[in-house]
Amino acid sequence: MDHLDRLESQSVYIFREAFNRLGRVGMLWSLGKDSNVMIWLARKAFLGHVPFPVMHVDTEKKFPEMYEFRDRYIKEWDLNFLSGKCPPIEEIDPSLPPAARSAARKTEGLKNFLAANPFDGIFAGIRRDEQATRAKERVFSPRGATGAWNFRDQPPEFWDQFNTDFPPGTHVRIHPLLHWTEMDIWLYTKREKIPVIDLYFAKDGKRYRSLGDKDITNPVDSQAETLDEIIEELRTTRVSERSGRAMDHEAEDAFERLRADGYM
Amino acid sequence: MSSHRESLKTVFVGHVDHGKSTLVGRLFHDTDSLPDGRVEEIRKMCERRGMPFEYAFLMDALQAERDQGITIDTSQIWFKTAKRDYVIIDAPGHKEFLKNMITGAAAADAAILVIDANEGVQEQSRRHGYLLHLMGIGQVTVCVNKMDLVDYSQDRFEAIEQDFRAYLTSIGVTPNHVIPVSGREGDLITGPSKRMPWYLGPSITEALDGFRVPLPATDQPLRFPVQDVYKFDERRIVAGRIESGTLRVGDTLLFSPINKTAKVRTIEAWNVDQLPLKASAGQSVGITLDEQLFIERGHIASHENQPPVETDVFRAHVFWLGNDALVPGKTYKMKLANAEARVTVQSIDRVIDTGDLSHVQSDRVERNAVAEITIRSRQMLALDEFRHNQKTGRFVLVDGFDIAGGGIISMEGYADQRSLITVRATNVTKVEAAIGPEERHKRNGHKGGVLWFTGLSGAGKSTIAVATERRLFDKGYQVYVLDGDNVRFGLNADLGFSPEDRAENIRRVGEVAALMAKAGFIVVTAFISPYRSDRDRARAAAGADFHEIHIDADVATCESRDPKGLYKKARAGEIKEFTGISAPYEAPDAPELTVDTSDLSVDESVARVSAYVDRTFTQT
Repeated sequence: MDHLDRLESQSVYIFREAFNRLGRVGMLWSLGKDSNVMIWLARKAFLGHVPFPVMHVDTEKKFPEMYEFRDRYIKEWDLNFLSGKCPPIEEIDPSLPPAARSAARKTEGLKNFLAANPFDGIFAGIRRDEQATRAKERVFSPRGATGAWNFRDQPPEFWDQFNTDFPPGTHVRIHPLLHWTEMDIWLYTKREKIPVIDLYFAKDGKRYRSLGDKDITNPVDSQAETLDEIIEELRTTRVSERSGRAMDHEAEDAFERLRADGYM
Repeated sequence: MSSHRESLKTVFVGHVDHGKSTLVGRLFHDTDSLPDGRVEEIRKMCERRGMPFEYAFLMDALQAERDQGITIDTSQIWFKTAKRDYVIIDAPGHKEFLKNMITGAAAADAAILVIDANEGVQEQSRRHGYLLHLMGIGQVTVCVNKMDLVDYSQDRFEAIEQDFRAYLTSIGVTPNHVIPVSGREGDLITGPSKRMPWYLGPSITEALDGFRVPLPATDQPLRFPVQDVYKFDERRIVAGRIESGTLRVGDTLLFSPINKTAKVRTIEAWNVDQLPLKASAGQSVGITLDEQLFIERGHIASHENQPPVETDVFRAHVFWLGNDALVPGKTYKMKLANAEARVTVQSIDRVIDTGDLSHVQSDRVERNAVAEITIRSRQMLALDEFRHNQKTGRFVLVDGFDIAGGGIISMEGYADQRSLITVRATNVTKVEAAIGPEERHKRNGHKGGVLWFTGLSGAGKSTIAVATERRLFDKGYQVYVLDGDNVRFGLNADLGFSPEDRAENIRRVGEVAALMAKAGFIVVTAFISPYRSDRDRARAAAGADFHEIHIDADVATCESRDPKGLYKKARAGEIKEFTGISAPYEAPDAPELTVDTSDLSVDESVARVSAYVDRTFTQT
């Protein structure tokens, strides 16, 4: 087994644990490179099937390429697709910095969606190497009725014995990609020939390293026009992956506040 | 290609405030592993708090951690040297956050244990060292940090090294290296230090590169725990991760604890050109079988010649994280590989002080403590001893909704019950009896049954058995004594005194007694039979005709009698694993009758048993 085989095997194990131990589960699909890998790994885990709904909580501010991609692969991958809507910005906590406030629409959208469609477990494609608070996450991360993350008192999790016993009203965020890095995602995308949105490839010296809402996501300088060039770029880059995501950088604790409230 | 580079997970552990997070931050800085802007971000965080640059802020991502200057939860960060890639795991050192330390450390292949040169070895230094060893993390390098605070003193370093090496040696750990470092000043992070020319060993990065990447256990006996069974389409797929060994198409698999076999028909996979013909340790796979056995999550598949242990009782070395103390008699949910079982803590054998390694007797294991306990399950379990297989030799206990502890398994003194419950004969059909129990009852004037005496050596089992036999015989009962020592000359002459042989000894006696009871006899057996599992099996053989009689006397009383001189020999160490002295006696939970021989004379004891028989065996 090589490095990617090991990562894949661990993710498959996580998917199967959640599917067996939790009641109703579903997957968040942001349309980005990570969640495409996540769908791929689910198909590996369940031998070609995705035996639960795949959900997109739509801010309605994504790039048009992202919506095209979504509609195409719902069909090609035979997904049971569910869509949720986000509330308008006026309904969001005005004390948050502007970009974080915009991003928080997604948290509220997810809360509304889960209120209307109760789930016991939600797969989310976050990774530890993306951001320092995500580095402290558990693979099975319990959330109260409000979706809030009690990061000061997380349950122990070791020997792949995940927390699967919860009081009523709790749901679990399951993170099958927590142990992957950005580099791993691209190497695996290449090896498995997983489709990705063209926005990741450089045009006119710029590309998106991380995709979010149009208004709070900026491209980075890059010449990488192919998968191989992206992998080569990552080998040498000193720019962090989420540098183009405005909400991470507005205030020291902006992202922590978002996540504590239930952001992915 | 990066995908072919080796990757190693290393955890940084040690006492609170000994500088783990700082050391990790420094390591990243000095190896130029931080993205642009990260150092600037940290500088701003420090300025806002009016404090000097703090490397720890790299890992301490939570506002509360930075404000309090303490690591609360474990974190992971990626890092590479010229040799290979690393996942660095930072683990909190505060006692309050031991559950987070365990969460971080359990995932590691190797550990760096950090000790403050100024404070020296502290409580969590030892506890963390102990827990690393318990969890099977054998590769440890010790860093004596903050050497700048002790003027880079060689004497100070050597005193700490000696102190801590002695501790580690006593728990069976040999550190790869002991390195004097300064996280704040950057000494011996990536190369030699001018301020410590007396130190000739490796720096931290060199020590990291010296760790071995553990190989997957492909050549160990096969263990394939069943995670789930899928029927999404026409295939019935048994899914799971191979924890050790190798599995091939055509192999006969033995599923424990149901003890059924089937052959591997295919190894399924999605998005591959060709289905694989074999799969090995570490791989998550799905297989189909040539027979539709009733297989469930939790069963463990192995090859027939190297199966896991089957037992309903075992010893465990546990660490406890629960808010409520672990107590005997309480029932917990155990998770072992993919199996779940209700288990009861039968006894707390000793609580271990990880500071000085002394043992204390206690009726509870408090949060953050380590202990040796005995665990009993209501159902048969498939498992391994931790020393044979880590993955199927460890478990967690769930108390209510919370994972409250973890432990590793030893079978010391307990038998593998596999052979006791395996029926080898095939093509066997039961023959209906022509004479029913009622007819025998009528002719004998009483029912048949087993009076199963259990108790310590010297409690009076044989004496009372023989006297009871005489008394009952004189009263007209059909009665016979099966004595422990006597059957060893004949029926069980082939058995020794290993746990397995002792269990088999009792199994045979239980079966013979049951047959004689069916023949209409009252059978009195006189065996120590210290294990509940063995007595339960004898009860199962005789059914409703089984009567467990506890011949009860405490160890001190028995030892003062010592009719065969065995206690004396056991105390002298001449007999190993002597029940009551160096091996457990599991007293009956709910015996049909208890005869306390420290209070009663032989005559009085016999009268009790005789009255019980009159009461119970002559009713119609």
